[in-house]
Parts: sequence; structure tokens; C-alpha cells
Amino acid sequence: MASDFHPKPHMNLARIVITGVGLTAPNGNSLQEFRANLLAGKAGIEWLDVRYMGRLLAGVCHYDPLKYQTRKEVRVGTRAGSISIWCAREALADGGFDMASLPRSRTGIYIGCTEHGNVETENEIYAISKFNYDTKYWSHYHNPRTVANNPAGETSLSLGVTGPAYTIGAACAAGNLGLIHASQMLRLGEVDLAICGGVSESIHTFGIFAGFKSQGALAVNDVPAKASRPFDRARNGIVVSEGGCLYTLERLDDALARGARIYAEIAGYGVNSDASDYVLPNPTRQAECVRKSIEHAGLKPADIHIVNTHATATTLGDIQECEAIRSVFGQGCPETFINNTKSFIGHCMGAAGALELAGNLPSFDDLVVHPTINVDDLDPACALPGLVLNTPARAGRVDTILNNSFGMLGINSTLIVKRFVA
Amino acid sequence: MTNEYCKKVILDIIADIAPDEDLSNVKPDVRLRDQLQLDSMDFLDIVMELRKRHGIEVPEADYTRLASLDSCAEYLTPKFNALAAKS
Repeated sequence: MASDFHPKPHMNLARIVITGVGLTAPNGNSLQEFRANLLAGKAGIEWLDVRYMGRLLAGVCHYDPLKYQTRKEVRVGTRAGSISIWCAREALADGGFDMASLPRSRTGIYIGCTEHGNVETENEIYAISKFNYDTKYWSHYHNPRTVANNPAGETSLSLGVTGPAYTIGAACAAGNLGLIHASQMLRLGEVDLAICGGVSESIHTFGIFAGFKSQGALAVNDVPAKASRPFDRARNGIVVSEGGCLYTLERLDDALARGARIYAEIAGYGVNSDASDYVLPNPTRQAECVRKSIEHAGLKPADIHIVNTHATATTLGDIQECEAIRSVFGQGCPETFINNTKSFIGHCMGAAGALELAGNLPSFDDLVVHPTINVDDLDPACALPGLVLNTPARAGRVDTILNNSFGMLGINSTLIVKRFVA
Repeated sequence: MTNEYCKKVILDIIADIAPDEDLSNVKPDVRLRDQLQLDSMDFLDIVMELRKRHGIEVPEADYTRLASLDSCAEYLTPKFNALAAKS
């Protein structure tokens, strides 16, 4: 008898493949640069002056928005919109799409976000504070900037895409959700091309820093590059980062017909909810989500070669994810490596899942697993078999990558991609 | 205040809200929208910036008076002068 998470047996699922990657991360503005820095152990954390709070550690992206936007578009739009446009354009270029013949009405844009609108609302409140809080000074751009679909909407405007374009709110699980939802829409035949993943502009709101600080979950360190340290005994919280990563996804037949380069195939996924707490993770549900994804992919735990963890460097969260991973991969998985990308780039929130997957995709080609850096004193509670610490590991084979992303209010997502084999 | 001052005020605002535009040869007697890439939101920006920077209020019924640099100057100069007289 099929388990609760087994896909319906009558479904004839089209194969979905990744054909383009566009990203901006705190340590790279292309997949090549990002990957090179992950293998070189180069983090991308720096000091950032945050309103009301002063100098804090953050992951800041340094892409050139004027490559794809006018100065007016940058001024009128949002940072999340700008990051989305950058990533979408880079993904389309990387995927070999001809902008003149882009199937605009058959293209969907599905962008995961942790939150949207806080930046602009904070900015407006600050602006009217200079006018004795008189709301007649409130910007007429506030509503188009703060609607939840803003990043996807700005991208549709930039590309002239007339298909469905919207965001997916799923806290820090959102990046994976962008890809998962896109896969579903492609399989349903709703679109022929999906631009999908996740973005975050969170470092431009003081609220997220203040919120984590109030929770006792904001990283502090004298050395920026050492601040994000999942699994290390001295970890003391999250480094908030901005970033974005969008992919082009297509049905395999379409990708083959246009001779596209194929990075990977979507193998399976799982999404579930803790239903247990606003902020505290639930390792039982996380493990359930991971197992669900593996079963959805028709695999067994031992078939997974890289597990990219969600771990954010909070004391409890890391231990609980390790507990979940140990329950699935703790025994009988000698070829499974485990790593963490946030140790380099901090927590890119809605972009995290999508970016962290991208950082591992080249492993299909180079058979190298990027490490988790900044582990000077491994927390015994996080000592997982196969954990790659501080320097890259060479794998015998990499045919599958499992990517965890979990979020507040107990949203869990796990995505598995596999080496494309015709 | 002179008409030329008012025109400079408007051009300074447009330089900020439409930073891609070449403002070196704006014809004062031609509608701004006919020679620059400006939309209705941009005109709301001009109204907002007049309010923020200069304390000038432009009621909605008068928005058409901001059509060209000449019409701006004609409309705004008395307002600037009235403000100056108060201070």
C-alpha cells in the first residue's frame, strides 16, 4: 500500500529539467563565480549600516542593476524586483533563449519570497517622520512596491511576459517552492517555460535584524567572514543576507527540441507543515518532508549523494535539522555527503533554497562537494556522518542532490535534483 | 522669484525622477510628456517633490497647469512669490 506521500499512481508525469541559471549571491554574480568561491572557501559577509541599529553583519549583493534596468526603473521599483530582473535575464541568457522569440504568453514566473513590502513600508514611515508623520507625504509608489507579487510583476514588465507571474510566500522555504511550483505548472501544461526560484531584499529592512536580535538569533562576530557558522559550537545566530536565484525550467521534450544544455532533472520533492510552533522547527516533520521527497523521487536515502542543509546557525535549529537528517541518513548511506551553503553567504531568506541548490549543481560535473566552512569546533550534536567540513570533498559519484529549506510557521520543503540521463 | 527659477526647480525635480532623460534641450513651450518619457506617476512625483522641497501644494484640479515648462513657470511663480512674501 502506498504511503501518505506517494504520488497518485495514475499520474503520467512529464520530465522537468533545469536549463538556465541566473543568480546574485553575496559572494558571486554568476554560477561560475559563486561556485568558485564556494570551493575556495570564500565567504561574502560584510558590515552594513542598518537604520536605527548601526553596523551589523549582512550578506550584500554587488550585481550591476543597470545592466538590465534603466536608472528610472531602479528608482521606481524595489530591490527585490531588481534582483528578480537580474536573475531572470541572466537565467534566460544562460539558457540560450532568444529574447525576440521568447514564448511570452506561455511563460510563467514563479518567485519565492520570505516577505515583501517591509522595506518600502519602513522607508515611507521614516520619510514621513521628517514631516511630522503627515501622510500627504506618503509615496504614491507604495502600493505597487509593496504588493506581494511585486518581484514577479516587475520581472514580467521587464521581459514582456504575459503568462502567469506571481510570488510564493513560504518563509525561508520559498526558494525551493518556486521550483516545485514551476515543475507542477509545467506538468499541468499551464506553461511551456518557467522562470522560477527565490529572491530576498531583506537586508534593507531593519525589522528583520531587530526581530532576530530580539529572538537572540542574530549572529555577532568581529570577523565578518567567520560570522555564519552552522554546526560550530560557537555559532550564535543568523547572518541576514539578500540574494536571488532564478532558473529556467522546461519539459524535457521542449528542452531537447531546442538543443538546450541541461543542468539537472527535477527528481522529486516534498512539502509539509509542522503545525506545532510559530518559530521552533520540528525535526519529526522535517524528517517526514525529506522522506516524502525521496519517495516522490522513487529513491532510497542511500541513493542521495549530497544533502544541502538548511541550517542557519541557530543553536537549536541546527541540532533539530541534524536530528532529522540523522534519522533518514544516519545509517547505511556511505555515499551521502552533507554540506551547508549559508556558512558562506548567510541566510538569503526567500532566495536561500534556490541559491543553495545552484551552489551544488556543478557537483554533477566536477564531483566535488563544497564544504561547510567556519566549523572550528564541531558541535557533537551536529556531527553527522558525511558532513563536509571546511575543505571540499571529492565524491566517488554525484547523481543526486537533496536540498532542504525550512521556514517559520513550520513550512518545510525538500527538493531533489538528479543528473540528467537521456 | 522668476519664471526661469521655476523652470529650474521643475528641471531639477525631473532630473531626479527621470534620471535617464537628457534635459539639455527641453523646449519650454512643448508639453513635457511630448518630449520626455514621463507618465502619470512621474507627474505625481513632481507634485510630491514640490510639496516636500518647497512647500508648494498643487491641487489635483491644477495638474494640467504643469504640462510644459512655460505653463509650470506661469502657474508656480506666483505661488513661490506668495511663499516668499510670508517668510
